[in-house]
Amino acid sequence: MNSDFALLALAAAQLLLALAMAFAFCRLLRGPRAHDRVLALDTLYVNAMLLILSFGMVWASRDFFEVALVIGALGFVSTAAAAKFLLRGEVIE
Amino acid sequence: MTTVAALLVLAGALLAFLGSLGLLRMKTFFERVHPPTMGTTLGTALVLAGSMLYFTALERLVLHEILIGVFMTLTTPVTYILLGRAALRREQNDPGA
Repeated sequence: MNSDFALLALAAAQLLLALAMAFAFCRLLRGPRAHDRVLALDTLYVNAMLLILSFGMVWASRDFFEVALVIGALGFVSTAAAAKFLLRGEVIE
Repeated sequence: MTTVAALLVLAGALLAFLGSLGLLRMKTFFERVHPPTMGTTLGTALVLAGSMLYFTALERLVLHEILIGVFMTLTTPVTYILLGRAALRREQNDPGA
């Protein structure tokens, strides 16, 4: 089923996504101000979601789709809450 | 078929990689907002299309990934508008630092 070339391309994609996560984490540690860190966190979770989708393809399992969906939903909520906190000083008014 | 799907995923991963590289290398916050959107829009769309094609080729017709696509398309602008507004206010109140 899985051709060798497809697995090779998926491995390359996973390497790129892992590097992208490392860059985002670097910005998360370095970012001079709080909104830089929130932006880095947003990028980090999107890259993690894509990495998990590619893991699901390599292992030919559909279970990873739900994981990616939950990461997407929770990531949006957390980033929106953090941005709202930076904007007003409280999350729910 | 699986080869085409894997190449789609590779292209999406490349876009996400370049977006994160831009996030790391740009100088100011308002420049840094732009690069990650490559990964969140076209990068995510390509990876999701690749995943759909891959599982359709492996077993049966699979379209669930559209759900993630719609969700990301709806939520990413909301996040960035909130974040941009917060950053603008913080930079105006307290520039530098």
